[in-house]
Amino acid sequence: MKKIIENIDGINIDRRTLLKGAALGLAGTALPLDKADASFWDAFFQKHFREMTEKDLKKVLERLEKEYEEKHKKAVKVGAEKALPDVLFGYGLDLSRCIGCRRCVYACVEENNQSLDPQVQWISVLRFKKGDKWMDLENSEKYYNPQQVPEPGYFYMPVQCQQCENPPCVKACPTRATWKEPDGIVVIDYNWCIGCRYCMAACPYGARRFNWGEPKRPPEKINPNTHYLGNRPRYRGVVEKCTFCIQRTRNGRYPACVEICPVGARKFGNLLDPESEIRYAIEHKRVFRLKEDLNTNPKFYYFFAYGK
Amino acid sequence: MVYYVKNFFMALQEITKGNWKYFAWLAFLSLLVIAGIAAYFGQVERGLIITGMRDQVSWGFYIANFTFLVGVAAAAVLLVVPAYIYHFKPIKEIVLFGELLAITAITMCIMFIMLDMGQPLRVWHILPVIGGMNFPSSLLAWDVIVLNSYLALNTLVASYVVCKFFTGKEYNLSIITPLVIISIPMAISIHTVTAFLYNGLAARPFWNASILAPRFLASAFCSGPAIMLILFQIIRKVTDMEIEDKAIFKISELIAYAMGINLFLLGAEVFKELYSGTAHTEPIKYLYFGIHGKSRLVPWIWTATIGNIIAFFLFLFPKTRENFKTLNIGCILIITGVYIEKGMGLVIPGFIPDTLGEIYEYWPTTHELVITLGVWAAGAMLYTLLLKFAIPIHTGSLRAVPRDKLISMKQAP
Repeated sequence: MKKIIENIDGINIDRRTLLKGAALGLAGTALPLDKADASFWDAFFQKHFREMTEKDLKKVLERLEKEYEEKHKKAVKVGAEKALPDVLFGYGLDLSRCIGCRRCVYACVEENNQSLDPQVQWISVLRFKKGDKWMDLENSEKYYNPQQVPEPGYFYMPVQCQQCENPPCVKACPTRATWKEPDGIVVIDYNWCIGCRYCMAACPYGARRFNWGEPKRPPEKINPNTHYLGNRPRYRGVVEKCTFCIQRTRNGRYPACVEICPVGARKFGNLLDPESEIRYAIEHKRVFRLKEDLNTNPKFYYFFAYGK
Repeated sequence: MVYYVKNFFMALQEITKGNWKYFAWLAFLSLLVIAGIAAYFGQVERGLIITGMRDQVSWGFYIANFTFLVGVAAAAVLLVVPAYIYHFKPIKEIVLFGELLAITAITMCIMFIMLDMGQPLRVWHILPVIGGMNFPSSLLAWDVIVLNSYLALNTLVASYVVCKFFTGKEYNLSIITPLVIISIPMAISIHTVTAFLYNGLAARPFWNASILAPRFLASAFCSGPAIMLILFQIIRKVTDMEIEDKAIFKISELIAYAMGINLFLLGAEVFKELYSGTAHTEPIKYLYFGIHGKSRLVPWIWTATIGNIIAFFLFLFPKTRENFKTLNIGCILIITGVYIEKGMGLVIPGFIPDTLGEIYEYWPTTHELVITLGVWAAGAMLYTLLLKFAIPIHTGSLRAVPRDKLISMKQAP
């Protein structure tokens, strides 16, 4: 009982073929088949970072470099340096030195290719009133905007990813798209993240950022030295955050925020090396970590070098 | 095989028959669905930036609706408890409609989750084996498992029962009873796991209270049956399906108990939070009184709370719960009350103030509202269509064509 539909062109097609064609046509509008773009499917079926063989990884990095060059009109190198043995990165922040200038915020944006429109920043600097309730987050101010810093009567506390040893975000992620590397850095595979934002609900430090819109950055502002798990250009609809500048620190450099800080409030080093700056701070200063009652065990230490 | 397929399509044809009211209803829903799809294209084009959500409040209206609907799905099936354990026949006859509602609600839940995802095409990453499901660590992975199993189980039970009715046979109790018994703990589990999803986050004191899962269940036991009561009255009015008053009154009695427990648990939580008065009290203060001059949810939550209290008394006294006027007022108060309380009233204060103390007042954008309305319309359409052939099958007016007749039909020119 095949029903034949006669159309105006006089071509006879039965209903099933017609439906099939319509379905394919619809699918075609939903997926970029028309681009004849094999790289879309390569990206779609890309494996989880930790399940790639060396060969897979090489191919993926090449594809990404090609994609970025097409999209951003600039050659971008995507590295994937592994964690160095016997390294566990730790960070120190001297609250008595910080003047709240936010240079770290902007140096971070420059280094890590965050979107400029809409603005994404990985470091939040909070301003507290001196002599008030200690670390009263509810009364802190993130959008302070004075003529000059530091302002009398206030102190400042920058907050970024605390690189927890026991990270709630990693526990929460339903797809294992975020994990802790052997050198202690919590990273995200931007090609595996589904954008559910459960990690953002789980993070006690407000460290994670979501790309609500298409991240935009002019080519001249793109830092071409990138790492797969760090500052390579991101996509819309995925989560990102501070990685202790993985692309720098795994190559023996300081994170950008440490380098830029004009007052030397930021310290960085290997927690396993007794001679490191961060070990010195931990041993000689009174250090504390944010929200210690949550047992997240951050590798980000706050301290006071001197009183003023 | 051909026999089953042919008959299935014949039953399916039922959805193309109806009076003008039926088609007007479908047309109305289609308009809303189309508007929703159009708004969703905007989201696909520009990203979730078209919503009111931002880093400070990273979940909003979609997840709020999702949470409410999980409760509806759970409670719709929990009607089977009195039906099968006490062999209360008037309810037993309408259990099927509860299951179809559960199927609809879970489908809507899945739609809301998909809408909320930043990278919906990567949804397969959440699957076990081919993806990277983070089981058992992530509660979201648990939710994927329980919601999908629950959907599968209800689809199985409902289609088995409908098939049996359709072919004019009695369903086999030794097959159906174990499945129904399993569906009871599963209904509880979907809402418990959804509560744990929030509950397990130490970063969010508003959710990190052990009373959360019991509160979820208690409120779901109110809203789910309240929706069923409204639907039953509509069904028996527009179709020839008979639903006894006895069943409706029994369910409304259950709602009274559930609402009593719900209000008690709410009181316990409010007391603990406000009396101890720690820094963790800020979210509940924001919700009920507003903080730092920000109080967008305050009128809503008071509407919900007062509505729930009034509804409790309406359902408590046999005189008011057995009067359809007051019964329906009670149902509407409960549906809106729980929708606010277990939707926006649950999700948003978890993020206000945010973990660093910032207050960003979220409100859904028009885009978000239109998309959400589209999902509700799609749900209403799905339920209408399911009922359209389930009801005549249930009442016996639609029956499968016997095998021999089908063959003779085929031979006809």
